[in-house]
Amino acid sequence: MSHTVASRTVASGTVASGTAASGTARRRTARSRKVGGYDRPPRMWVYGVLLVVLGASFFPIWWSFLIGSQDAAALNQNGWMWLPGGNFVANALTVIDTIPFWSALLNSIIVSTAVALSVVMFSTLAGYAFAKLKFRGREGLLVFVIATMAIPTQLGVVPLFIIMSRLGWTGSLWAVIVPGMVTAFGVFWMTQYLRDALPDELIEAVRMDGASMIGSFWHVGLPAARPAAAMLALFTFVGTWTNFFWPFIVLDPGNPTLPVALQQLQAAFFVDYSLVLSGVVLSIIPLILVFIFLGKQLVTGIMQGAVKG
Amino acid sequence: MSVAIRADARSIRRIAFSHSLSRWDVRFSPYLYISPFFIVFALVGLFPLGYTAWVSLHDWNLIGGQGDFVGLKNYSTVLSQPYFWTSLRNTFSIFLLSAIPQMVLALAIAAFLDSNLRAKTFWRMGVLLPYVVAPVAVALIFSDLFGDRYGLINDVIIALGGDAVRWHVDVIPSHIAIATMVNFRWTGYTALIFLAAMQAVPRDYYEAATLDGAGRLRTFWSITVPLLRPVIIFVVITSTIGGLQIFDEPRMFDQAGQGGANRQWQTLTLYIYELGWGQRNFGRASAVAWLLFLIIVLIAVINFLISRRISATTERVTALKGTP
Repeated sequence: MSHTVASRTVASGTVASGTAASGTARRRTARSRKVGGYDRPPRMWVYGVLLVVLGASFFPIWWSFLIGSQDAAALNQNGWMWLPGGNFVANALTVIDTIPFWSALLNSIIVSTAVALSVVMFSTLAGYAFAKLKFRGREGLLVFVIATMAIPTQLGVVPLFIIMSRLGWTGSLWAVIVPGMVTAFGVFWMTQYLRDALPDELIEAVRMDGASMIGSFWHVGLPAARPAAAMLALFTFVGTWTNFFWPFIVLDPGNPTLPVALQQLQAAFFVDYSLVLSGVVLSIIPLILVFIFLGKQLVTGIMQGAVKG
Repeated sequence: MSVAIRADARSIRRIAFSHSLSRWDVRFSPYLYISPFFIVFALVGLFPLGYTAWVSLHDWNLIGGQGDFVGLKNYSTVLSQPYFWTSLRNTFSIFLLSAIPQMVLALAIAAFLDSNLRAKTFWRMGVLLPYVVAPVAVALIFSDLFGDRYGLINDVIIALGGDAVRWHVDVIPSHIAIATMVNFRWTGYTALIFLAAMQAVPRDYYEAATLDGAGRLRTFWSITVPLLRPVIIFVVITSTIGGLQIFDEPRMFDQAGQGGANRQWQTLTLYIYELGWGQRNFGRASAVAWLLFLIIVLIAVINFLISRRISATTERVTALKGTP
């Protein structure tokens, strides 16, 4: 293998030296040759394929706006059309009148923010301990945390519901917030990050200066964890916002989160898709906005090794 | 004089006190920091799961609460219900229809993204967009697209000369529709995981393969895919755990939410909901939950054994070939 690469270096080297004689130019061609070949700019059809993929991921969202902005009668008469109609605002107002839209929106904001903040706080604290502090049983406990990720805890819904009704929490947002307060994935994610990102010397230095354990976490651990913590907050927020199964079971119809409210909307207007889909549009706007501003971070987070959750 | 001595003693005592305080601090703080996870996991994860087994051995009503101990009666009743078996079939069918095409598509999309594109971030964000749309919203949009009478997809099929498909009536078509919702939301996400792994493949490998006359497709199958094996296994395992618990999409596929008139697309989680909150029979719902739990654990073990086998073979093959 090394032989073939070397011979290729010679071959392309002669070509390059014909055109560019200066040392820097040669070095540059050498580098671009190293990644070249396979990494040359892609053909146009590659963009064509990706454009189709992009179309597929955008089309259903566009479709919901297309139908959501029509008038139901016109829709039934003419079939669907490619341009949005002028009825979106009227549809949206009907939706807001039918389901508790504003309280659902507020509830979703409260629940997602509370869960994201809590997950970040507790996961960072635990990740700091697992990555940087020495204590007996550390390795074993960390393996246990990771192993719990494979346990389908969602299947404990029946007893969880019994617990919540004993506590009198059914219908309250606490029933949704408390079970999500800290996740195995969050702990694992922060442990991984802090292991490399925070030098032990830094902790020792503040400890020498007389900082307590929590003080050194606050002054050194937390600032170092910030990039990964922001990422974790973002993923937890999206995950909580889109969650349906447990909120659907435990919340009251009068006090839902957005996905639960959407279910009510379907129950109310099954045949009238223009109304249902205008409600869908209303409900996805907040996260689409988040995506426009922070989608790049989501991409980075997934590519750095985030897992489904 | 005596005052000075007393002050000294006090400050010594204070130092000793703060010293032992700091020893306690060092010793117990780590446990304190990791305790929230263990408390929350014990209370809302482990305990409910274990307690599910207890509930499943009783007559237990949503309103009335705990009744008589009935042993395994709930299990035998549930196992004799045709709906249990339909749900089991549907769960696996929908899972396979979503997992396999999703893997293939995600690999292909990742391969296309793994080239020297202009505006890389734009394309990557583009494929991830569906991820921020809640499954409930996705399900509502696709229920319209897959409408039996006026749906866009049937319109296209008819325009192409086919017959309208009864997406909300027939078994396999309904599974395809539901699997499409899952794939819509997750394919881009999975593709980005694969893309990250692809970018870690040393470019020299591709160089060598190209020089040996391998085309792009051949390079992809012989170099990229084998090197991606650990990531593929990881994605398969996580999507198994999630996929077998699917609820949102089948719940929202029609208005009644019971998985169709003949339970054509009822999944096990949907069945748990119907038993527990529809029929208010917590005992039977728990029995199904516990059975599903065992199924998932069983499959996780099988997954693990297969993946260990595969990685062992890979090691042997690479050892034979003498290349990394």
